Amino acid sequence: MALGAGGPLGVALVALALLAFSGLGAWLAGGRSERGSVWLGAGGAVAACGLGLLASVRALWVSGECLLSAPWRIPYGEFQVGLDPLSSFFLIPLFLLSGVVAVYSVGYFRPWPGRNPGRFWLFYNWLVACMGLVILARNGVLFLVAWEAMALASFFLVVYDWQEAEVGPAGWLYLVATHLGTAFLIALFVWLGRESGAQDFARYAAPAGMAGWVFLLGLIGFGTKAGLYPLHVWLPVAHPAAPSPVSAVMSGMMIKTGVYGIARLLVLLGDVPAWCAWLVLLTGAATGVLGILFALAQRDLKRMLAYSSVENVGIITLGLGLGLLGVATGAPRLAVLGFAGALLHVLNHAVFKGLLFLGAGAVLHATGLRNIEMLGGALKRMPWTGAAFLAGAAAICGLPPFNGFVGEFLIYAGAIRGIVGSGAGVVGGVVAVGSLALMGGLALACFTKAFGIVFLGEPRSGMAAMATEVGASMRYAMAALAGFCLLLGLALPLGLRWLEPVVGQLSGGAAAPPGRAEEVLIPMALFGLLALLPVVAGALAQVRRRLLAERVQRESATWDCGYAAPSASMQYTATGFVQPLTEAASGILRPRVESELPAGIYPAGGAFRSETPDAARQLFFDPLFRRAARRMGQLRWLQQGRVHWYVFYIVLALVALLAWAVWT
Amino acid sequence: MQDWMGNVLIALILTDLLLLGSSQLRNAIRLMAVQGFVLGLLPWLAHGKLTGAALLMGATSAVLKGGVFPALLRWASREIHVRREIEPLVGYIPSLLIGLGVLTGAFVAGARLTLPWASPSPLLIPTGLFTAWTGLFLIMARRKALTQVLGYIVLENGIFILGMVVVEAMPLLVELGVLLDVFAGVFVMGILVFHINREFSHIDVDQLDALREETL
Repeated sequence: MALGAGGPLGVALVALALLAFSGLGAWLAGGRSERGSVWLGAGGAVAACGLGLLASVRALWVSGECLLSAPWRIPYGEFQVGLDPLSSFFLIPLFLLSGVVAVYSVGYFRPWPGRNPGRFWLFYNWLVACMGLVILARNGVLFLVAWEAMALASFFLVVYDWQEAEVGPAGWLYLVATHLGTAFLIALFVWLGRESGAQDFARYAAPAGMAGWVFLLGLIGFGTKAGLYPLHVWLPVAHPAAPSPVSAVMSGMMIKTGVYGIARLLVLLGDVPAWCAWLVLLTGAATGVLGILFALAQRDLKRMLAYSSVENVGIITLGLGLGLLGVATGAPRLAVLGFAGALLHVLNHAVFKGLLFLGAGAVLHATGLRNIEMLGGALKRMPWTGAAFLAGAAAICGLPPFNGFVGEFLIYAGAIRGIVGSGAGVVGGVVAVGSLALMGGLALACFTKAFGIVFLGEPRSGMAAMATEVGASMRYAMAALAGFCLLLGLALPLGLRWLEPVVGQLSGGAAAPPGRAEEVLIPMALFGLLALLPVVAGALAQVRRRLLAERVQRESATWDCGYAAPSASMQYTATGFVQPLTEAASGILRPRVESELPAGIYPAGGAFRSETPDAARQLFFDPLFRRAARRMGQLRWLQQGRVHWYVFYIVLALVALLAWAVWT
Repeated sequence: MQDWMGNVLIALILTDLLLLGSSQLRNAIRLMAVQGFVLGLLPWLAHGKLTGAALLMGATSAVLKGGVFPALLRWASREIHVRREIEPLVGYIPSLLIGLGVLTGAFVAGARLTLPWASPSPLLIPTGLFTAWTGLFLIMARRKALTQVLGYIVLENGIFILGMVVVEAMPLLVELGVLLDVFAGVFVMGILVFHINREFSHIDVDQLDALREETL
């Protein structure tokens, strides 16, 4: 069904324009009135996201395709945007999360001590607008321009607190990583454009027999943004440095633009060879397991969440890999379940990871601490934040009835479908089930640690003890996302029909729609039962009250084993809590431990220090860049500092180009 | 028309050679003025008739490059008491010899270069290439900042000549944009040169390397 330009696409474009202008307006107004600037920036963002959300849901509902192009005076470029089911689907989490985070940001940055709030709103609104444009773009040049603008907007948000020492290096690392990724994307689009003679997506054609290599270029380029292992190194550095609302949007949505890129590339290429499916599957498994292992070893709450994002991108990639394997081996059900699971996890992860980062931001806002070891007892002091964080943690561990369960369940169902089948699907299914189960278990340990140490027990430092609940806008935003976690968990199984067109696009239309495969029907009934879970819980509570009605009840402190002077330092530490697991994985994690164990019967003291630097960075990227710097240093003699020489270099280049043009 | 165009182009090549060999700054500025003025005739000659666009382009070029820029440079040289280029990095005789070699190369390249548009004169491409190169060479081989400003203007002249090939295709706006760009550039450079001179009491560009980053 074709949609007119005045339909959802037009509305989505209006939303993007509104974002761009409200950001600019907030920046201009920032010098004069802080209040006006915040109202303009946040109001524009919320209005635009609401509008965009309506448009994208509507577009997915009617599942049509439409295209809009306008002339654009850039070589090979054309301002061509389009809305198809895949784009509509990715726009939903974008607008949902960005709108809620905008509300949160109002409270988070209050009272904007001594700085212009417009700077944040300018880049925030532009970041959201650029992500939207990336998803809508249907021309290679336009896509790259939007991609680059998105990277720059997010860079400026990462270095928002540039006065702090750790922020500068983190920003540079992010900038370098994103540009290295973009370099691969430029190569990708140039290659595709060369083959087809145009940069329009509709006219792209994979070079004969080279589709796999084209896809590999895209996997590296988009994988850098998505955070695939070992290209994830910027994530655990940039996220802790960025303000929390920014981390929420970057982790919840911006890295998903990398996933979108991979999915779009699959649609454009149509068919990729089987080795690509294996590559995606194994990359996803490795990314997931390594991501959650490193998350386990972190003490910085936000860095832990960043590694957990790496894990979740791994789960999504694993689902894509299963889907590709299904397409490659002609197993439509495997394909459908894999793709549907991956897509649902994109949406779900945006909601719960956004929520968790907002929760971490609330804790940071209230205590000034990101180090888990110094926190504790936050649930009593910040009940809203604690409850919301708990919902997010349950969702990310894939516990029903929250939304994380749905996507992972579909991937599990797909993998098991592969195992009971025959051929390559068996191996793929075993890999997927094994790694998913490992990830699930480790994620549970990881978030038990995070919630337990941060929110339960007693505060481990004075700053943690002084925490108070955050302001209304932050509470409402977190509550809204927590509500979405539950709502999506209950509603998504019923809404699988909506995914049909998207999955159809990814699997080349060959596969059966997910709503009709019986594998999904059974779990759907199961999901339906999950809706009864709150009812069961309520009934149990009722029974308990009834039973306790005749007895004497009193509340007192937890039994302290008779010890009269407990202190907060007697509690489990975060490191101690996960020590058995990190110890077992020390070959992979390679922690740096300095310990001075207590000795003797009456030990005078002891010390323990451990640190888990990123292995991929330590072993691969740092040596690589050091060597590159040394090599490049040898070219220093070219830098003479004299204008004459520089002009001479230009002349040499021009003459060489002229000679090349004349004699070839 | 055709032979007129040839004459003008030969005159331009001669001014280039003279520029390469002139040590007096005043002479060089005068040569540049002549070149700029002659250049103004080219759009008219290339078109064969006097259209509004050609007139505008030619007149702007003639006024700016034949009048305004030379006056500006003359003023600057008077203000900072630079009369001649002492110790050029490449001597005048070698400059001329290299120039002759490049001129030969430009003719060979111009003959082989296939263009989507028909050139109004076979001399046009070689002249353009040679003039652009002369400008670059003046920047490379001379020490004084003023000579380098001059080289920059000559470089733009070369681009202007090459633009004549596509005079039908090249929008007037682009050419005017380039002119404006050069105007702003020369203006800024003139002021900069003036200030550098006042601060350091010389305008020897090769001593600017004190400003470069230290090697690792």
